[in-house]
Amino acid sequence: MVLRLVERTAVLLVSLAVSSVLVFGFMAVLPGDPARVALGVNASDEAVAQLREQFGLDRSLATQYFDWLGGLLHADFGTSYVSKVAIGPQIFDRLQVTLWLVVVGMIVALVVAVPAGTVMAARHRKISGLALSAISQLGVAVPAFLAGILLIMLFAVKLGWLPANGWTPPASDPGMFLRQLILPALSLGLVQGAVLTRYVRSAVLDVLREDYLRTARAKGLRPFPALWRHGLRNAAVPVVTVLGLQLATLLIGAVVVERVFVIPGLGSLLLDGVSNRDLLLVQDVVMLLVVAVLVVNFLVDVLYVALDPRLRVGQR
Amino acid sequence: MNDEGGSVSRGAESALGVPASDPAGRLDGPAVRRTAGRRLNPSLVVGGIIVLVIVLTALVSFVWTPYDATLVDPAVRLAKPSWSHWFGTDKFGRDLLSQIMVGSRTTLFVGLVAVGVAAVIGVPLGILAAMTRRWSSELIMRANDLLLAFPALLLAIMFGAVFGASTLTAMVAIGIATVPSFARVIRSGALQVMRTEYVLAARAAGRRPFPIALRHVLPNVTSLITVQASVSFAIAVLAEAALSFLGYGTPPPTPSWGRMLQESQEFLFSAPRLAVFPGVAIAIAVLGFNLLGDGLRDRFDPKLEDRR
Amino acid sequence: MSALVEEPEVAEQSDVLAVRGLTVSVRDKVLVEDVDLTVGPGERVGLIGESGSGKSLTALSVLGLLPEDVHAKGSVRLAGIDHDLIGADERQLARIRGRDLAMVFQEPMTALNPTMRVGDQIAEAMLIHRTVPNRRAARTAATALLDRVQLPGVARAYPHQLSGGQRQRVVVAIALANDPALLICDEPTTALDVTVQAMVLDLILQGVAARESALLFITHDLAVVATICQRVLVMYGGRVVESGPVHEVFTNPRHRYTEGLLAASDLDSAAHRLPTIPGNVPAAGNFPTGCVFRTRCAHATDICTTTPPWTGSASSGFACHHPAPDLVALETRRSSREVADD
Repeated sequence: MVLRLVERTAVLLVSLAVSSVLVFGFMAVLPGDPARVALGVNASDEAVAQLREQFGLDRSLATQYFDWLGGLLHADFGTSYVSKVAIGPQIFDRLQVTLWLVVVGMIVALVVAVPAGTVMAARHRKISGLALSAISQLGVAVPAFLAGILLIMLFAVKLGWLPANGWTPPASDPGMFLRQLILPALSLGLVQGAVLTRYVRSAVLDVLREDYLRTARAKGLRPFPALWRHGLRNAAVPVVTVLGLQLATLLIGAVVVERVFVIPGLGSLLLDGVSNRDLLLVQDVVMLLVVAVLVVNFLVDVLYVALDPRLRVGQR
Repeated sequence: MNDEGGSVSRGAESALGVPASDPAGRLDGPAVRRTAGRRLNPSLVVGGIIVLVIVLTALVSFVWTPYDATLVDPAVRLAKPSWSHWFGTDKFGRDLLSQIMVGSRTTLFVGLVAVGVAAVIGVPLGILAAMTRRWSSELIMRANDLLLAFPALLLAIMFGAVFGASTLTAMVAIGIATVPSFARVIRSGALQVMRTEYVLAARAAGRRPFPIALRHVLPNVTSLITVQASVSFAIAVLAEAALSFLGYGTPPPTPSWGRMLQESQEFLFSAPRLAVFPGVAIAIAVLGFNLLGDGLRDRFDPKLEDRR
Repeated sequence: MSALVEEPEVAEQSDVLAVRGLTVSVRDKVLVEDVDLTVGPGERVGLIGESGSGKSLTALSVLGLLPEDVHAKGSVRLAGIDHDLIGADERQLARIRGRDLAMVFQEPMTALNPTMRVGDQIAEAMLIHRTVPNRRAARTAATALLDRVQLPGVARAYPHQLSGGQRQRVVVAIALANDPALLICDEPTTALDVTVQAMVLDLILQGVAARESALLFITHDLAVVATICQRVLVMYGGRVVESGPVHEVFTNPRHRYTEGLLAASDLDSAAHRLPTIPGNVPAAGNFPTGCVFRTRCAHATDICTTTPPWTGSASSGFACHHPAPDLVALETRRSSREVADD
């Protein structure tokens, strides 16, 4: 177990290092000079040179990279070349918003997928199971932003129950916060849930074929309790993997959904950064998203051990 | 019947002095199995039809559309569906049906190039990972895992930031982001092929790895490639739509379903149909490629049939 | 010859298990046809046959655990239960399973939940049926059961930490946890090393003896049946072709299949080359009409296309148009001669 943990940690650290080089390198090789990009084509050479000096862009790439990385390790994201504002505080502000979306979206996805997938598996030859399969197949085909638009059309335009867009911080008006959170979280979660449902279904189908489930029923458990007590934990292992991988999709899905619902989250920050040619900001946000995905996948790996005692080598 | 087992045991029966006529029960065994094997695969049929319709629409749009898809006609701005404009028109008076027809071209083009990029990089990588020594295959798969942390959309946004948003950057970004799933699937398939006796025999005969990869491994993973290509195509369609929606995909005036959706947003209250038509088009296209992929998978691996 | 002395003459009503006319089919294929089977209190009955003979399906029908698509007809009655088990709903069956009726399966490596400690898996069997007052009592009882199957101190182990033989003993402990009236064992030792087979068999025997439980033991191993069972049923092609006290059936087989089976396994001597039954067992559901064995039987004639009638009593008899000669007379003569010789 310790060995596995050490190995996984090493893999995580190497992945983080490599991805930071990738992100930095990618932004560094772009044609043209970031200072000129930030100031626009009409800027004078002097102004460009001044900006380069101000932000240390005249130093070697290696120095710049380690400077950036060192800053990141201290949660210092640097200062925007464009707005001349510190990037860190903006990112943390926006991150909170996006986290709400992602976490609530994930919960929605789980709440939809676990029961639906289980029923689909348990009744996979019956009408109810097939109907759910068809619905999930449709759900998979609907991108989150389309789901958002459809939800707005139904709940905001037609029924007028919920606001069509906007964002209120939970501290200032909790009621409004919740009302505005529902639709974006649903559009993220339902779509993700549809995808997840199919994995839950196949994991549960695998478990249903296991001998130990028959043993459980031979003990006197009825089918659903047997599945609940003996199947779910075993089915959880593959599902958790997918969940980890889905976080990447969910984060990036949030970027688009934020655009649909006009929510000032990380996605909007990233997109604004791109349109303002604010390359350091883009670099920081991308790095943050990649780190989040890598760390979550690491945690998923560790979580396996908690779920499956067979992986706890060295015990007894 | 060319059922060898049947004829052998029939021989044994006659030797035992039993009437050689087939016992009633015996014939229906293979017959039942055969009908089961040829059972109509609904995913494959429905998926195939949808994809075919999209391809035909795209082809037809080259020679005929009701209107020029980019023709601006202020006289019919935001027209409701009618005989002259089946799906209505948008805020510039452009015909929605024509735009959707031409948009299918964009969708298919982006999907084709993206899947092509993914396959051209992913398939050799997967085979390489299956055939090479432990450390290099480990390295490939780790790199692969790392790439998974960069979803298609994020890559495309980065590409857009650096090179400027265009159909090309979108296609390449989506393609690169799809490489990992290709490499992973092909690797596991290739690993199985590597364990088969004919590959072992070829290796024992001293054949070099490259000919083995070309002659034995590649042909045996084509079914996997087809399935993966179909599934990846669906992902590419989704990604392209999202990118165009954000304004990082196909630039105007070339019609694209994602951008049509984005343009429809300001009319959600007054003209929701502007969102419905391209939205349905996207969903149907993704559904079609997903179903086709599922159907192909079942066709190639009937064991998995009831896991669909 | 103690087997003869032990032969129980069980009255019909007091049977622990009474299966009547059991027919199991999948879609249009009949896998088990018209099986009658009774097990008396404390009786140990063997069910033997090759794979595909329908013996496992028979056992699973008794528990109501047939796979999807496979359906049973007929009647399965259990002493003390006022309804038929065939056609009973899940709620009724769940109440019986694990309490009155328990089962040990063939494959110990996969029969236990890998994510649950074995002690908890045993305790669960008692908690489900509330045969213990609380969780702690269940845990204590589980530890005691593990001691009885000679696995002291493993209650907190996970299945993967145990060997196949140890896991099968855990499965036995689960099955015996609620002192069932009937224990069904489906090839419980087939997947085990020869060295641990005897031990597991012994624990099963001790377990049923201590609880006065009846035992239905399914196997293809004639030697095992000979050691532990009092009565035996021989299945072929989804039918019971012969039944009777073990000693009688094994020394005086009447059905031609039983005869061939005994000759092929030859319990007594390995001196001469083992004869085999010609041909292969047909695929399940593809057995011939009439006598199911006729396609492989050297004695088959035209009459064998009709289903052979049952000859003998319900607990001892056979279904064959051309039975092997009755050796009982010869047998008695020989044993009396032995007695006389003494």
